[in-house]
Amino acid sequence: MAQFPASDTAHHTDQAHDHGHDHHDQPATGIKRWIFATNHKDIGTMYLLFSLTMFFIGGSMAMLIRAELFKPGLQLMDPVFFNQMTTNHALIMIFGAVMPAFVGLANWMIPMQIGAPDMALPRMNNFSFWILPFAFTLLLSTLFVPGGMAAAGWTLYPPLSLQTGDAFPMLIFAIHLMGASSIMGAINVIVTIMNMRAPGMNLLKMPLFCWSWLITAYLLIAVMPVLAGAVTMLLTDHFFKTSFFNAAGGGDPVMFEHIFWFFGHPEVYIMILPAFGIISEILPTFARKPLFGATSMIYAIASIAFLSFIVWGHHMFADGMPVAAQLFYMMSTMLIAVPTGVKVFNWTATLWRGSLSFEPPMLFALAFLFLFTIGGFSGVMLAIVPVDFQYNQTYFVVAHFHYVLVPGAIFAIMGAVYYWIPKWTGHMYNMTLAKWHFWLSAIFVNVLFFPQHFLGLAGMPRRIPDYAVQFTDWNMVSSIGGFGFGLAQILFAIVVIQCIRGGQKASALVWDGAHPSGLEWTLPSPAPYHSFTTAPEVK
Amino acid sequence: MRVIRGNQDHSTARARKLISPGALGLAASIVAGSAGANTSNGYNLPTGVTDLARDMYGLHMEVFWICVGIAVVVFGAMIYALLKFRHSQGAVPDTTMLHSTKVEIIWTIIPVVILVVMAIPAAELILRQEDTRNSQLSIRVTGYQWKWEYAYMDAAEGVDFFSTISRDSNFARELRSGIDPNSVPNYLLDVDKPMVVPSGTKVRLLLTSQDVIHAWWVPDFGAKRSAIPGFVNELWFKVDPGKEGTYRGQCTSLCGRDHAFMPIVVVVKTPDDFKKWVEEQKAAVKQAALPGAKPAAPPPTAQALAN
Repeated sequence: MAQFPASDTAHHTDQAHDHGHDHHDQPATGIKRWIFATNHKDIGTMYLLFSLTMFFIGGSMAMLIRAELFKPGLQLMDPVFFNQMTTNHALIMIFGAVMPAFVGLANWMIPMQIGAPDMALPRMNNFSFWILPFAFTLLLSTLFVPGGMAAAGWTLYPPLSLQTGDAFPMLIFAIHLMGASSIMGAINVIVTIMNMRAPGMNLLKMPLFCWSWLITAYLLIAVMPVLAGAVTMLLTDHFFKTSFFNAAGGGDPVMFEHIFWFFGHPEVYIMILPAFGIISEILPTFARKPLFGATSMIYAIASIAFLSFIVWGHHMFADGMPVAAQLFYMMSTMLIAVPTGVKVFNWTATLWRGSLSFEPPMLFALAFLFLFTIGGFSGVMLAIVPVDFQYNQTYFVVAHFHYVLVPGAIFAIMGAVYYWIPKWTGHMYNMTLAKWHFWLSAIFVNVLFFPQHFLGLAGMPRRIPDYAVQFTDWNMVSSIGGFGFGLAQILFAIVVIQCIRGGQKASALVWDGAHPSGLEWTLPSPAPYHSFTTAPEVK
Repeated sequence: MRVIRGNQDHSTARARKLISPGALGLAASIVAGSAGANTSNGYNLPTGVTDLARDMYGLHMEVFWICVGIAVVVFGAMIYALLKFRHSQGAVPDTTMLHSTKVEIIWTIIPVVILVVMAIPAAELILRQEDTRNSQLSIRVTGYQWKWEYAYMDAAEGVDFFSTISRDSNFARELRSGIDPNSVPNYLLDVDKPMVVPSGTKVRLLLTSQDVIHAWWVPDFGAKRSAIPGFVNELWFKVDPGKEGTYRGQCTSLCGRDHAFMPIVVVVKTPDDFKKWVEEQKAAVKQAALPGAKPAAPPPTAQALAN
């Protein structure tokens, strides 16, 4: 967004260097630095490491799922355990891996991009992070309670979810904690962006990553309380004899679906809008030219956010719906393709007449561009109500949302880490290993998820531990892709750990094309503990 | 690799050839649509045996090809840019290229037009799918954990039975059963007593559930709806005359432990054969109701068989 001519950049760098030398508030030592952390970088680091841990835990569950589905017949686990794995894989990946990773990136990057010393509400920041380890310890500990983990799918549809054992109240309390954490994180982002921008940085000059997070934060505040309400009603239905969703008591199980998806659809965009912001930062850097149509990119994100509130019915077409509602949800859903298309076209135009180089962040951003678009195509197909009856609840849906979440959200997060980690640690990382990580991930993610389109179209329902024999071949292919993708992620952990421990010194600019991006490149690498102690002036 | 699979007793079945994983590739999805009669070819939607399923398939392929067309243009532009504008080959960035209102309006309007082209036939098909009037046979379908109940109305009033996974499949699907699923005919897709419907007849299903949410799906009919406790959902299908045979599907809404093990089998008979079947069923019901008659054995449930 904001354009910084070379002379300006140099000026800010000098200023930052001065402050880097004279600030005397060093981090506390030992464990206290982390427990009582109020610094945006420390908290961001904790968020990101927490997310990586959850990514591997949720990933192990996915490995178990793919192992059971390698061939027909039940070889490894009881169907109940299988359902526990699918349910908790989703909950952990959504609430434990993707969302905290974006909050971690927001913590690190928003103050540095807008020229602020820290987040606006540092103690709340500490609280919103430290809730998470407790929430997920609670969630994971349900593995050991009578009845095992929740097994009704992450959507928690009653009446099935009401059959959950002792895990039920623990799961709901864990969801309440995650929601509280997300809301606090979102408030912090909004307050920081609204109040702490450097002089001269008006909203339209703000970097796209900050814009995407600002809009995401409003979505979070709007829908997390809705989820909290829905699960609280489940809780009272289960323990206090209310009948919100119990048909026999005059309640309505479909009402839960409406409330859940009123949260659930914006939630989908909560997991992709910050990714849009990241891609809009990375592509211009490695194309060495400014983002094309930056203002329309902001309008596109805002339109997608608005539309996300009026399309929830498309998750429920097969549950019975008046014709008028089917038509409305079909058309509103198809409309999302328009602003999303604008984004893809603008990114392509950013590459056009650029000067492209292919460092790891760029590789992940380009893979995002291709593979997220494939997820967009299957999204348009799913919006077509009359055919959705054939796709609904099959592996076609599984393929669709994994395409937008794995090579979509997760690739964007990995691209962001490879893009900014030299700024965080002051070290360059092992480029060769990072490229290996990219190519293995990009190939195996397609081997993993592309065949699932075929499985769904051929009639394989989702959420089944065993299948008819005609689905064997594509399941084997998909499982091989899954194991390959899972193993490739170990390289990611190795690259990150090596980079934290040392490496070739990174320059302030890190990437030679980093001029058009935000203020973070005016700081030295690693960035000083209190980013900007005096606000830089943005022209 | 095994090449012949499934539906051995399908009256109109043909050996279906699945492509091997070695042939994995986009090619598979691009040739999709050229094969298949009554069932899916293994990587695409079934072409179907009802008007609705055929039209769903047609609309699916239409939207698919539109997406392929867009992909060729968009990915083509991206790939061209990746090959042409490389830093390593001395490309000089054009940093004046900031935005173009004209271009941006064009690539906002074109997608809108494409979407309208997709939405019109879709809306027309929705209206036909939802039109359950003038049905000639109604069947109440009730989902249970984990079986289906079919209660006939109209001319077949009084015929009412449960439909549960077949014994063979049920033994083979036990954890480490030692039975090769490939040796079981129609593994996981066979039941003890299938639903029977007449061909060339508009059949309406009224779906509900006694416990949790289930969903009834027969892909070849293009028929899927959720069975929800406290609700009655409707769907209809009319199987083409001449397409009599056995059609299979599964519950598609997660409904607990044995969600994967409550298949749906529908046998389509000619109207005359269907009438005979109804008479037999009614006679059996009458026989069972006679004083002194042994009560008919209840249908074995998945649980009972598992024990």
